[in-house]
Amino acid sequence: MKIMKKDRLAAFLQAVSGEMPLFLPVEKGETTAFARYTGEETPALSSVRTGISPKDLFFPQCETLYTIKTDSPGIAIAPAARAQEDFAVFGIRGCDVHALEVLDEVFLRENTDTFYQARRQHGILLSLSCRRPDTACFCTVFGNDPAEPPGDVAVTEGENAWYWEEKTEKGRAFLKRFASFFREGDAVPCEEEKEKIRQIAARLPFGNLSLQGWGAGQTARRFEDPRWEKLAQGCLGCGTCTFVCPTCQCYDIRDYDTGRGYIHYRCWDSCMYSDFTMMSAGNNRTTQMQRYRQRFMHKLVYSVENNSGLYGCVGCGRCVTRCPSGLSIVKVLREMREEEAHV
Amino acid sequence: MQRIREILSGWLREGQADRVLGWKKGELPGMREPAFFHTEKELEELVYDRFCGPNLSKFLIAAGEKPGVTAVLVKPCDSYSLNELIRENRVRREQVRILGVPCKGNVDPRALEGKGVLAVREEEEQLMLSTLYGEEILPLSQVLLERCRVCRGKKHAVYDELLDPGQEEGPAGADRFAEVARLENMTEEERYAFWQGEFSRCIRCNACRNACPACNCRVCVFDGPAFDSSQKANAVPFEESMFHIVRAFHVAGRCTDCGECSRVCPQRIPLHLLNRKFIRDIDTLYGPYQAGEKDTGRSPLTDFTTGDCEPGAWEGA
Amino acid sequence: MPVTEEFSPKIVAFCCNWCSYAGADLAGSSRLSYPAEVKIIRVPCSCRVNPMFLLRAFQKGADGVILCGCHPGDCHYSTGNYYARRRMTLLFSMLSYLGIEKERTRVEWVSAAEGARFAGVMNDFVKTVRALGPCRRLEDVRCRE
Repeated sequence: MKIMKKDRLAAFLQAVSGEMPLFLPVEKGETTAFARYTGEETPALSSVRTGISPKDLFFPQCETLYTIKTDSPGIAIAPAARAQEDFAVFGIRGCDVHALEVLDEVFLRENTDTFYQARRQHGILLSLSCRRPDTACFCTVFGNDPAEPPGDVAVTEGENAWYWEEKTEKGRAFLKRFASFFREGDAVPCEEEKEKIRQIAARLPFGNLSLQGWGAGQTARRFEDPRWEKLAQGCLGCGTCTFVCPTCQCYDIRDYDTGRGYIHYRCWDSCMYSDFTMMSAGNNRTTQMQRYRQRFMHKLVYSVENNSGLYGCVGCGRCVTRCPSGLSIVKVLREMREEEAHV
Repeated sequence: MQRIREILSGWLREGQADRVLGWKKGELPGMREPAFFHTEKELEELVYDRFCGPNLSKFLIAAGEKPGVTAVLVKPCDSYSLNELIRENRVRREQVRILGVPCKGNVDPRALEGKGVLAVREEEEQLMLSTLYGEEILPLSQVLLERCRVCRGKKHAVYDELLDPGQEEGPAGADRFAEVARLENMTEEERYAFWQGEFSRCIRCNACRNACPACNCRVCVFDGPAFDSSQKANAVPFEESMFHIVRAFHVAGRCTDCGECSRVCPQRIPLHLLNRKFIRDIDTLYGPYQAGEKDTGRSPLTDFTTGDCEPGAWEGA
Repeated sequence: MPVTEEFSPKIVAFCCNWCSYAGADLAGSSRLSYPAEVKIIRVPCSCRVNPMFLLRAFQKGADGVILCGCHPGDCHYSTGNYYARRRMTLLFSMLSYLGIEKERTRVEWVSAAEGARFAGVMNDFVKTVRALGPCRRLEDVRCRE
């Protein structure tokens, strides 16, 4: 167990950011987000979840795939560069690391997305356990332990110290590189902090949500449930839930005409939008109820079938707090409890 | 609350309404969601309190496609949005039955975030929170939505029945144009930096557009593949500027300043400051105008006088 | 001071078909000169120009945008320019509010008989925008050369 004194954190962050790009949650206006740390920013390590998830460090909202120039003789196509430099992400929570595991399934298992792959290879995850879980948190429902986040190094905040546990080879190398900030120490105080977290987590109001009746093979039973209609009635069709979500991975690919060529880029898409998966023959989902159902069927059924049994939700709670109409996956799970299945 | 249920139950019973659009409890303490109620039994779930932030007017556009009459609860500021929709023929007056409910200001549920709130109750201008980490007291004045701190007044623009007519003359809040004036007094460079900072947080989720009762086009100009700056892309700052300028312009003269855009913004961009700039300019240049006050007539941008000022002559307030 | 090439601004001029475009034509046939930086886009009426036209122009690299139409009262469609006047007044005010230099946008009324006025307006506008330098605040960097 490596231990760092509480007041050494600022110097540590400074040292890391001098060696490699360092991303951590910072104050941004009246919200928080992961951003590159330069020393100017105010770290926001006490808020349990950032406004939007850190997935955009690995899967940016917009990214150029290649550019085409048509103003030279012939056309010149230049692929965009992949990430080549190691970077560290400090303060990522367990739920968000779990979300990356879901994205790994999507982007790395069959066809490899080399843009995503390069960032995953170069990213060092210094995950932080959740000292203050919030009401909207329900990561335990999906088998996560807020006291024991996955990642390359798991960090736990104590009263007077930060506790650092290496989880991977990458994490070991990282801690070695900044060894001067740590001393070896007793794991007992860290375990005490974790125990406190688990005690709070046990009292989370959404902790008792049941996944009974969801998962692989439940499409036929869930798809035609008449309750979707009622559940979707407050949905405004904005993309907030999908854009704050750490696991939503749908994207659109477009060409931007620069006048002298094209930029072939991709950007996050949202199944809540009316032009999602629009084809020449029109759209296969024409009502907001169908779009709403698609999102939750994907999270709770299709994802489990397609992604080695992983649910497409990690219980981060962002959609619960951000939906303009107060809808969320929690509501779906509560209203469509197994014992009340209608079909 | 009991009286609201009685009135609405009566409307359902007597056939004056076929359904009720109101609010019910959401999943988190202090969260309320729009909901339809069809029976007196269902109405037991209806709530109306300080947490009922969502403006229900916009849902009436879709509800208008259903047969019969939809009864709706409107707070004073929502009533202007609804009346504007009626003026624009997007909601038919005879298809809605309106219960005007008084408003003491909405609590911003985001003020409760991160505290581990398990239960919340209101007690004499204070919110008493029971949280995972103990008890906490928040003065209501600190947790109201911005729009409520600068409340225009408690009068309803349109209604069939008022729950409490005695509260129509209630007090207004602080000057809603103070922040606009502050920005106007900055230099161009400062204003540019301010807005780029705000817009840089935009994630193009379109919540502002979709929640806005004035944004009621059947197909938005930003939707669809014809538009080369995608409605969901924020590759460069231009796209965010373009979206927010055009959106604010499209609702100029029709925006009632209900504040939904800022309430729903997940990134806390003060979008109301764009709309209020237009409102303030319109008031100054073309005479005071409150969108939604009347259900007839022309909005300032579909009207003119021969003596209007020239674009170049206007230096801004 | 090093010798630098003088900045040549890109100017988009939206001209209504009935007055200002004819005014530009008259300027040409009268052999009056105005800067080649001005690119004219003919529109049926000044009222046809919506804010997105201006924003698009800036996006694609314009450094200044000017809208020309019939004098108020002389609109071919009676009232189009009155609507345009209100719209542009509010739009320009908004652009300034967002920190975009207000000298980059202008509305001028030019009749079919005012060839000299057209040339004068364009000369003056180009001079103003040239002094401001390239527009960076509303450009789309993807379009930058």
